[in-house]
Amino acid sequence: MTFEIDTILPRFRRLIPAVDECSLRIVAETAEFTAVRQDVAMPLMRVIDHGAMISIRDADGLGYAATSDLSDAGLRAALDRARDWARLSKQRSVLSDAIVKLPIAKGRYRSSTTKSFNWHMGDRIDVLMKESQACKIDARIVDWQASLTTQHIRSALMTADSLASGDYVLQETDITIPALHVTAYEGGVTQTRSWGGRDNGFCQQGGYDVLERAVFIGSGQLAAQEALQLLAAPNCPRGKFDLLLMPDQLMLQIHESIGHPLELDRILGDERNYAGTSFVTLDMFGSYQYGSPLLNVTYDPTQATELATFAYDDEGMQAQRQYIIQNGILLQPLGGMQSNRRAQQMGYVFDAVATSRACAWNRPPIDRMSNLNIEPGTATLAEMIASIEDGLLMKTNASWSIDDSRNKFQFGCEWGQRIRNGKLAEIVRNPNYRGISKTFWHSLVMVGNASTFEVMGTPYCGKGEPNQAIWVGHASPACKFTGIDVFGAER
Amino acid sequence: MKAYFFELVDFALGQLTGTEVLLLKFDGEASDFVRFNHGRVRQPLSVTQNHLALTLIQDQRQQCVTFSLTGNKATDCELLIQQLGVMRYQLPNLPIDPYLLYATDNCDSDQVRRGVLPTIDQAIGDIVDQAGRLDLVGILSSGPIYRGFANSLGQRNWHEVDAFLFDWSIYQVADKAIKMSYSGTHWDRSQLRSRIESARTQLPYLEKAAVSIGPGEYPAYLSAAAVNELLGLLNWSGFSAKEQHTQQSVLQALVNKERTLSPHITLRENTQLGLAPVFDSVGFVKPDRITLIDAGQHASSLISPRTAKEYGLQANGANESETTQSLELLPGMLDSANLLEQLDEGIYVSNLHYLNFSDRTACRMTGLTRFATFWVEQGEIVAPLNVMRFDDSLYRMLSSHLMGLTRETEWLLSSDTYGQRSVRSSRVPGALLSKLRLTL
Repeated sequence: MTFEIDTILPRFRRLIPAVDECSLRIVAETAEFTAVRQDVAMPLMRVIDHGAMISIRDADGLGYAATSDLSDAGLRAALDRARDWARLSKQRSVLSDAIVKLPIAKGRYRSSTTKSFNWHMGDRIDVLMKESQACKIDARIVDWQASLTTQHIRSALMTADSLASGDYVLQETDITIPALHVTAYEGGVTQTRSWGGRDNGFCQQGGYDVLERAVFIGSGQLAAQEALQLLAAPNCPRGKFDLLLMPDQLMLQIHESIGHPLELDRILGDERNYAGTSFVTLDMFGSYQYGSPLLNVTYDPTQATELATFAYDDEGMQAQRQYIIQNGILLQPLGGMQSNRRAQQMGYVFDAVATSRACAWNRPPIDRMSNLNIEPGTATLAEMIASIEDGLLMKTNASWSIDDSRNKFQFGCEWGQRIRNGKLAEIVRNPNYRGISKTFWHSLVMVGNASTFEVMGTPYCGKGEPNQAIWVGHASPACKFTGIDVFGAER
Repeated sequence: MKAYFFELVDFALGQLTGTEVLLLKFDGEASDFVRFNHGRVRQPLSVTQNHLALTLIQDQRQQCVTFSLTGNKATDCELLIQQLGVMRYQLPNLPIDPYLLYATDNCDSDQVRRGVLPTIDQAIGDIVDQAGRLDLVGILSSGPIYRGFANSLGQRNWHEVDAFLFDWSIYQVADKAIKMSYSGTHWDRSQLRSRIESARTQLPYLEKAAVSIGPGEYPAYLSAAAVNELLGLLNWSGFSAKEQHTQQSVLQALVNKERTLSPHITLRENTQLGLAPVFDSVGFVKPDRITLIDAGQHASSLISPRTAKEYGLQANGANESETTQSLELLPGMLDSANLLEQLDEGIYVSNLHYLNFSDRTACRMTGLTRFATFWVEQGEIVAPLNVMRFDDSLYRMLSSHLMGLTRETEWLLSSDTYGQRSVRSSRVPGALLSKLRLTL
């Protein structure tokens, strides 16, 4: 099911009530999930979801209503409901005078997919089956699964003002999420190795080209070999070490200890009952030294293959690349137009960032991090390893936890490797590290160059009330940190 | 909505040919959500959503499609025919599924719990009025929730509940807050008032300057909400029969009888206590209770139909991910009224946050204190405690270090609204620990 924009436009135009602002956002999404577990194809699943979100603002009153009935009657009922909410919230809104006029949004976006998935489901199963069959290389391999999720999301945003000039935003996004994990077991020890992360990692915009960039073909046997290596490896040591983090771990480090604390709605308190608040306060922007001068972080909707690349956010603001942290100095929060206006009312002036997004047709937009990346530096991977006398390399996130102010964190990885005297040494299992966001990024001492840069992402960034899980991208080079608190498992 | 679902069922079954089997699952809600910050409205919205999942089965092959319903019968029937056609075309080319299992016993059920839910005027008015000048932040979710199942063998199940959950916190300063909730089926303004008033009376405890303590082991009282966080994490593979059979359960050492928990720990899935439907997605009806841990020993697992077929077990109504829907930890003997005296010196933890495993084999968990956590001396609250990270094994926390569970339990409805409003709940007591390991 999709929507015909040419028929919706005139119908919505006719229904628009006399209010200060009225917008319609329609989303039609198709997702297909294919998996092979232990060489047996799992049931194929397809989800076809569509619906519309009406938003109305009248003075400082705001109201939303979502419906999957796109008929005139369905839209009219949603408009009435949103208008009721706007009326009831007038004079009781947290927005007070911080109201914002939505832009006249017009534009198009389409994922730059180079190889579309037009395969028969059987073809998808064949690819996954080959990887699955390559996993069982040893009796100690006890479980394994390869899966492929593809999503096509088509969304349109039209406001009363944009319709007056015949314009709207239409965006089409193709997402591909390949995943594979292998579990080995022996003598009370279980180890799992995945391809880029069990639930995250090599997810990008695109089609079959994502599998090529992720080097997914051949991943089954490699992951199985590495799971067995982990099984035989010693426990990760405890102590303070130099730490070399690879992009498939750094993506979560960026996500949790830069992305979330800089979301403006968290700083403004909206998330305090659920996702949490932030150690960052409004007065820090423009002057606070967030990390070492090597730290450069961008909001970058221009990385063509990254998961949250788009042309317009769900408030209709045009997206463009912006520095969030430059030479370690905190410059910008991650806040859309509405949050930005609220901060302005409190006396803090920033540029808005086009990152106010909704995860689906049935949720309103909130501040997200979208594509948030660490910019490459100058060091090669070999130079970074050579610079470490006694340390560890860690890759692939396996565990994540951080406090509600996004300060005290602890991460675990699937894969650890000692570095001694400038050379990679033995593999270690169950590597963990912990720290404090406020100080951790100051320990950044080397940033990898473009040859170490990888585009990663997660489809499961959760926040918001009602809850919203959305796709975000994180690209990063490998990075070296010094004096990090590292530890392993109990045995 | 029930009549509409069964109309669609009848229509769909009329489209089947030959030996085709069709399973139909319905998930719907008509929800009002009002989000609050600083005691005022942030985002109010209504969501009407209904999804129909079809599983077409023939010759031991299956395929599933879920689509959103418009509520217009002609349009929805057209969608249904279209999707059946796609599945019919693809099905013969799919491999046989050796682990396909669905109910054939035709156990019908019909459960409707009517309530009195807040009108949209009350949803905003009652809460804003009661909040007054308090820094209240949170969300009200309210409205009917629908779940349905039917199959071409004649089974019909329906579950409908009117429910609301107001999940909120009141902030005193920075990250220090009193966290509470009010849930049920009958909205009562006076109940709301008394709960907000109760939170207001607790706020002075948060006025004192917060203290910090260093890493180490401290006696601790974990409230029911904090215990619920620990037990909730066990749903990440802990009770799953599939994960246990592949040595991946975080409770593997318990399952393998290498470790035990305290004899005070008896944990069960108690369908009778919750809001969740009694049927699963392929038509199996859940037993009233499944004892998962009995007096500290592994008792049984959650077994989905697919796992049952794969490992030759008996399915027990578990969902596909083999997670609890209505978890119950049986109470103990501690009197909640004098907990602080029993704690004497240590930390009082009202809530835990962002838990994960730091060592799955040892069932070692890490997470943080949140909202109102206090330092206690000589049985009295001294001051709020700044956020601390714990990192400790369940085999210590709920075994050698467990001094007891409270006599009183709390019923906690999940506030999860990812995709749809959750019907998951739990009933748990608080727990007094002789030691809790804090690391940062």
